[in-house]
Amino acid sequence: MTVTVSFVLNGEDVSVDVEPRTLLVEALRDRLRRTGTHVGCDTSQCGACVVHVDGRSVKSCSMLAVQAEGAEVVTIEGLAKGGRLHPMQEAFREHHGLQCGFCTPGMIMSALDLVSQNPDPDENQIRHWLEGNLCRCTGYQNIVRAIKAGAQAMRSA
Amino acid sequence: MAENGIGVAVRRKEDRRFITGAGRYTDDINRPDQLYAYILRSPLAHARINAIETAAALAAPGVVAVFTGADMAADGVGGLPCGWGVANKDGSPMVEPTHPCMVVDRVRYVGDQVATVLARTRAAAKDAAELIEVDYEELPSVTDIHSATADDAPLVWDEAPGNVCYDWAIGDARAVDAAFEKADRVVSIDVVNNRLIPNAMEPRAAIGEYDEATGDYTLYTTSQNPHVIRLLMGAYVLGIPEHKLRVVAPDVGGGFGSKIFHYAEEAIVTWAAKRVGRPVKWTADRSESFISDAHGRDHVSHAELALSDEGDFLALRVRTRANLGAYLSTFAPSVPTYLYATLLAGTYKTPAIYAEVKSVFTNTVPVDAYRGAGRPEASYLLERLVDKAARVTGIGPIELRRRNFIDPDSFPYQTPVALEYDTGDYDACLAKALEIADYAGFDRRRKESAERGKLRGIGIATYIEACGIAPSNVAGALGARAGLYEVGTIRVNPTGSVTVLTGSHSHGQGHETTFAQLVTEALGVDIDNVDVVHGDTAKIPFGMGTYGSRSLAVGGMALMAALDKVKAKSKKIAAHLLEASDEDIEFKDGKLTVAGTDRSVSFGEVALAAYVPHNYPLDILEPGLEETAFYDPKNFTFPAGCHIAEVEIDPDTGVTEVLNFVAADDFGRIVNPMIVEGQVHGGVVQGIGQALYEQCVYDPESGQLLTGSMMDYCMPKADNVPRLEVATNTTLCTHNALGVKGAGEAGAIGATPAVINAVVDALSGIGVDDVPIPATPERVWQAIRQAAA
Ligand code: FES
Ligand code: FES
Repeated sequence: MTVTVSFVLNGEDVSVDVEPRTLLVEALRDRLRRTGTHVGCDTSQCGACVVHVDGRSVKSCSMLAVQAEGAEVVTIEGLAKGGRLHPMQEAFREHHGLQCGFCTPGMIMSALDLVSQNPDPDENQIRHWLEGNLCRCTGYQNIVRAIKAGAQAMRSA
Repeated sequence: MAENGIGVAVRRKEDRRFITGAGRYTDDINRPDQLYAYILRSPLAHARINAIETAAALAAPGVVAVFTGADMAADGVGGLPCGWGVANKDGSPMVEPTHPCMVVDRVRYVGDQVATVLARTRAAAKDAAELIEVDYEELPSVTDIHSATADDAPLVWDEAPGNVCYDWAIGDARAVDAAFEKADRVVSIDVVNNRLIPNAMEPRAAIGEYDEATGDYTLYTTSQNPHVIRLLMGAYVLGIPEHKLRVVAPDVGGGFGSKIFHYAEEAIVTWAAKRVGRPVKWTADRSESFISDAHGRDHVSHAELALSDEGDFLALRVRTRANLGAYLSTFAPSVPTYLYATLLAGTYKTPAIYAEVKSVFTNTVPVDAYRGAGRPEASYLLERLVDKAARVTGIGPIELRRRNFIDPDSFPYQTPVALEYDTGDYDACLAKALEIADYAGFDRRRKESAERGKLRGIGIATYIEACGIAPSNVAGALGARAGLYEVGTIRVNPTGSVTVLTGSHSHGQGHETTFAQLVTEALGVDIDNVDVVHGDTAKIPFGMGTYGSRSLAVGGMALMAALDKVKAKSKKIAAHLLEASDEDIEFKDGKLTVAGTDRSVSFGEVALAAYVPHNYPLDILEPGLEETAFYDPKNFTFPAGCHIAEVEIDPDTGVTEVLNFVAADDFGRIVNPMIVEGQVHGGVVQGIGQALYEQCVYDPESGQLLTGSMMDYCMPKADNVPRLEVATNTTLCTHNALGVKGAGEAGAIGATPAVINAVVDALSGIGVDDVPIPATPERVWQAIRQAAA
C-alpha cells in the first residue's frame, strides 16, 4: 500500500508515492534523489539527516514522509542560490569545518536554525546547540569556528 | 613559495561538493534494476546451527533470493583472507582459522553473517529476514581476555587451544633480566586499553554488479583502499582476476581504520550480483555497524620499568594480552605485535626492552586497526608507567622524561625493538607544550579549583609513532603478505592542465587539495587546473591505499617521483624547442628557461608540443607527457610530540571536565597547515573519547554487545571537549625528499595518556594512584570513595 504525499522541496512542488512507514529521509534520498541529506544512525542521535521543515531544523529520520504533507522542506541542496553559496556554507569551507563531509549537511542545516533563533551565538551556545549532531572527524573545533563566522556573515549580509 | 604551493593553508578543493550536498557516497549511488540485500546476523555469541529454513522468506513479497553460507560454499567461494602472519616464539605459525563470508554450521559472535535476503526494497528484505528460521544450539561463550585465557574457558576455535592465536615476543629477554637484577628500583603498572568501536559517521555500504556480456564485475564500496580489496576479494574469495574486477571507493565518510579491511558484505553483494543477474546493494544500519565493523584496541598489560636511583631507565618488561575477536580481520595479527611492541621504546633511550604478546580469540566482533593501531596502546602503556615512575621516585614528570629522552644529536637511533628512528627533537616539543599550557602557572590554577571544591590535574604524554607502514621488504620480513609502496601518476593534458591519479584514498584527509599543492609547487600550474583522482581501480594504475598516516609520506612521495620524471622530460622538450641542451634548461614557476638568457617557453607550450609533436625530437623522445612512479620508502617515518591535558574533577559527581588541551607535534614538513591542524583536532577528540567516554561493553554471560547503539556507546560531542591548542615543532624526515612524516593518527595517540595522567594527577592528592579507562564519572567517583574508605 502506498500513499501520495505532496510538499514543497527547496521551493519546488513535489509529490511522491511512499509506504506509510517511509521516513522523510528515505523519501528524500531514495525517491526524490536528494542525497545530500545523510543517514548516520538508527537512533536519532547523529544529526546527519537534519533538514528544515517549515523553517525549523528536524531530524528527517525521526519523521514520517507523510507528516511532511503540505510542508515547506529545505535540504542542503536548497541553500546555494544561482550557484552562489550560502554564507554558512562559505564559512564551513573557509574555516575547514568539514573533513569527510558526511556530517556536514546536517551541521549546516542545524547551524542555520540556531542562527535564526540566536543571530550572535557564542562558542558555548554553539557547542551546546550541537548536542544532537555528531562529527567523528573534526573534533568540532572548526565547526564551531565556522558557525560563528557564518553567523557573523549572515548578520552583516 | 608558489601561491598555492607547499606550506600554504589552501582552502579545500573538495569542499564545494560536500557543502552543497553533492558528495557522492556509496549509498548515494543506485544502479539500474538493483536489489537490496539484508544480512541476517547471529543473535547469539556462540552456537551450532542445526538447520536454516528459508522457504517462508523466499515466498515473502518482493523477495528475489535468499542465500546462506551453504550456497556460497557450493560455489567454491573462499574465506576472507588475513593479510599478515605472525609467528609464535618457537617459530611456529599462528592459528589462522577460516573466515567464511556467511557461516555454514557455527556462529562465533553476535553479528556473524548467517543469511542474505535480496528483495526489491530494503524494507522488504528486512521484513523477510524475520521469516528465516535458524535452529541454533547455543554454546558457552567468552568475550573478554581474562575469561578467554582461563583454564576451563570455552573454545572459540577447536584448533586454538587456550584460545591462543599466537604467543609472540620481541627483544632481548636476558639483557632485560640482567638489567632488572642491577636496578635500584622497579616500578610496575597494570593497564587495560579499552576496546573501542570506530563509528565513522558514514555506515559501511557496498554495491555489486555483474555484466553478463563481458564477464566484468564492479564493486562500489566504502573503502580506504580499493586496490587492496580488489586483490583480496578477487584472488582469495571469489576467484576473479584483476582485469575483470573494478572496485570503486567513491566519497567515503570517514574510516579511522575501520574501512581498510575486506569485509564479508563486499564479497556477498559481488557474488550475489552474478547469481541473480542484477546489481545488489547493501547499506549498514548503525546498529549493524556496531556489530560488524572491526573494533579497536582491547589489550590487558602488565609492565615493569627498571630504574637507577638517578632515574635512568635501565630496562622495560611488558606482558600484553590482546583480544582479536572471533576471526582474524585483514591486518589484525600485526596490530598488537609489529605496530605495538616495536614502539615501546617511545621517545626514550631505554637500553633493553622485552615484550611478550599473547593474542586470543573471543566470541566478539573481530578487532583490527583503529586510528593509531597499536601505537596508541604502546604510548598509553609507556606514558602511564613513566608518569607513575615520576611520582613514586619524586623526580617529577618533566625531569624524568627529559633525563631519558633520546638526544637530538644521537640520530639515527636504533631502538632495542627493531626500529631505527631517523630524526626528532622530543624535548623541543615538550618545552613548547609546557609553555603553551602555562605549566608554570598550574599550581595557582589548582588552588583556585580547590577553593571551589574541585580537584584539578595536569597530565603530560609524549609519544612517537612509526608511520607510512613500509618499506615493503621490511614489512614482508615481519609477516606482511603484501607490498606497501604507493603509486602515483601525473597526467599532463595537452592544454597544460594536470590530472593526478593516486593510489592513496581520501576519506576526509583532503588529498584533492594537498596533492594538488605538490603539483602547483613543482610545475607552476594553477591549482584550479589540477584535479586529483582517487578511489577507482579502473582509473588508477595501482595503489595500497590510506592508513597508518601514509598518504603524504608514501603516496605524496610517489607523486613527487612522477613529477620529477615529468620535469625531466619537459626539460628535454623545452631544450628542443629552444635549441639548447637539456642541462641548460631551468624549470621555475611554470616556465622553462635557457639559463642565463631570456629565452623561455611556458610549461603549457611544452605540454602542447608533447601532444602535437610537429616540432619535437621524435627520434629520441616519445610524444605525450604522463609519468607514473611506484615509491617504496626507505624507512618508516617517525612523527612525535607532546600532549598536555588539564582536567577538573567534581569529587561529588566524579565528572571530569577537560579544561585545556595542548598538542605540540613534529610532523616534519607541513604542506597544508590548515588540514594538519584539523587532523590533530579530530584525533585528539577521539583520544579524549577513549580516555573519558567510549566504552565497549559485552555482557559476560550472554556475549551480547550491551553498547550496541549511539545511545549506549558514548562518543564525544561538541560540548564535551575544550578548544584545543595545536602547535608544531619541525624536524624534517631524513629519508624522503619532502621531509614529511604524517599527521593522521597523532592526536589519538597522545591524547589518551595525557588525559588519564591528568585525571590521576588530580586524584593523587587524595590517595588515588590509578583509574580505570574510560574514566567515566561512576568509576572516578568509585575511585574517590575507595581512597577515602
Ligand atoms: S540519521 Fe542519525 S539522527 Fe537521523
Ligand atoms: S566531517 Fe566527517 S563526520 Fe564530520
